[in-house]
Amino acid sequence: MTEKPFLEVDQLTKKFPAPKGGDPLTVFENTSFDIDKGEFVCIIGHSGCGKSTIMNVLAGLDKATSGGVTMDGAEVIGSSLDRGVVFQNYSLLPWLSALKNVTFGVKARFPDWSRKEVLEHSYKYLDLVGLTNGAEHRKPSQLSGGMRQRVSIARAFAIQPKLLLLDEPFGALDALTRGNIQDELIRIWSGTDQTVFMITHDVDEAILLADRILLMTNGPFAQIAESVVVDIERPRSRAEIIHDDGYYKIRNHLVEFLARKSAELTQSPDGDAEKPVQPSGPPLTVNPAKEDIGSKKKDTATGDVVSLAS
Amino acid sequence: MTASLNLRAFCLSVLILVLGLGIWELATPSLETAGELTEYERLTGGGGQQARVPPPSDVITKGWEELSDPFYDAGPNDKGIGIQIAYSLFRVLSGYFLAALIAIPVGFLVGMSPLAYKALDPFIQVLRPISPLAWMPLALFIIQDSQGSAIFVIFICSIWPMLINTAFGVANVRKDWVNVARTHELGQLATAFTVILPAAAPTILTGMRISIGIAWLVIVAAEMLVGGTGIGYYVWNEWNNLDLTSVIFSIVVIGVVGMLLDAAFGWVQRAVRYEE
Repeated sequence: MTEKPFLEVDQLTKKFPAPKGGDPLTVFENTSFDIDKGEFVCIIGHSGCGKSTIMNVLAGLDKATSGGVTMDGAEVIGSSLDRGVVFQNYSLLPWLSALKNVTFGVKARFPDWSRKEVLEHSYKYLDLVGLTNGAEHRKPSQLSGGMRQRVSIARAFAIQPKLLLLDEPFGALDALTRGNIQDELIRIWSGTDQTVFMITHDVDEAILLADRILLMTNGPFAQIAESVVVDIERPRSRAEIIHDDGYYKIRNHLVEFLARKSAELTQSPDGDAEKPVQPSGPPLTVNPAKEDIGSKKKDTATGDVVSLAS
Repeated sequence: MTASLNLRAFCLSVLILVLGLGIWELATPSLETAGELTEYERLTGGGGQQARVPPPSDVITKGWEELSDPFYDAGPNDKGIGIQIAYSLFRVLSGYFLAALIAIPVGFLVGMSPLAYKALDPFIQVLRPISPLAWMPLALFIIQDSQGSAIFVIFICSIWPMLINTAFGVANVRKDWVNVARTHELGQLATAFTVILPAAAPTILTGMRISIGIAWLVIVAAEMLVGGTGIGYYVWNEWNNLDLTSVIFSIVVIGVVGMLLDAAFGWVQRAVRYEE
């Protein structure tokens, strides 16, 4: 590809200062990856590998120790409405109704709009997540977890960011609700050319939603080791995707990685300071659905939801 | 079920009130037991030896009298209870709102800046425990006006809970909500008004409610000192008149007004409260 990718993460490193003057804790080092416009990318890794830190850097809520992020040709500095965020804990303002939470975002995004335009736009997105008919006037505390996350998603889509960041958006939901909202998310996303970057712990969720799944090794010194292509045809749904030929190949590959390789690939933390810094290239692209993975163990192909939530 | 609980609680309250007043009434020796009063004794209200805590029936009669004409003004030492309360409320509210005018913005700054928090904390900690009445002589000397001094004392006693609670509330706004403001590109001012203020409002209101309670406690003492008008002066004046009936009546009035002030703030507090 000759043109620059839409989002380019270049040699990102995050170190946290050690509590008592020792060596700083390197969460991840020299991490590079790209996201194309309109792509849905999930990132999976064990807790502590720095997924959320990467997301916070992308959102502009945290600063990387070194390395840079460019989006649409411009460097990402600070937070911006171009990058919408949905947090795991919903981050709705509890004193505002669901509707007001959405108009809060819309007003910030389109300050010149009239009240009527703001309302129409907000209702459009609340309607997409099925939160009309009175529910929109309730406060977050009066809504279920699933409904709250729907409001969050409506708010994030309504501001039409260039990049949508989802930080384990369904992590706090029960499996059934999660499934429903995953289907809804995919339906809403299909109607847009929204670029999405999402953290998840759920392998099945990643396969259902993503075009590409980034796999992170364990922290500290975590890296993005692989970029797994999920080319299962869209539109996808939870009921149909499991019958796709490539599904379990991808799934096995992911589980294998998380269960075994993520730890093996982790750079040894001994002699941190002396260790030569290896500028790593982009992650290895793999497409398990197209490759012969017969040599790998297949006994992980059960239908259970594999969740690595800590 | 809750209705019946409320009803039962109400009945119990009435029972306690009736019992309490009844015991008080019965425990008060009747004046008549002292036999025929002389003309002199009648003039001095029963005579020195007979001075006693008046029974509740007297207090209620007195209260009825006062409340049926609360705004009469028969000279400096004889004003209706309504006028006295109005003077006290005026002082309390003007001192209180002056304090709020300073405490809430300063508390906001202190809460938003860890530097200001640390720098101002020692001053606040030293100034806060000072009894507001200790300021009175200084205030009288500097302001040279008893009315102004009373207002100043109210000001100085109500400022601390509001300041501390505002700073605490602002400093402890959930990081997530501030992040929401940041990701929505809200400016400092917009963040302060649309996110931090509503988030901290319940804590700020708690401080304001504590302050109004303290202010109402202090005004009585302050008015006993500065004199002239107000419910505190009224209590002291009636004590000087040896009119214990009026003293008890005004004590009850002070309690009721304090309760109403608190209830008003409780109502505002409920209006800004939110559930996470």
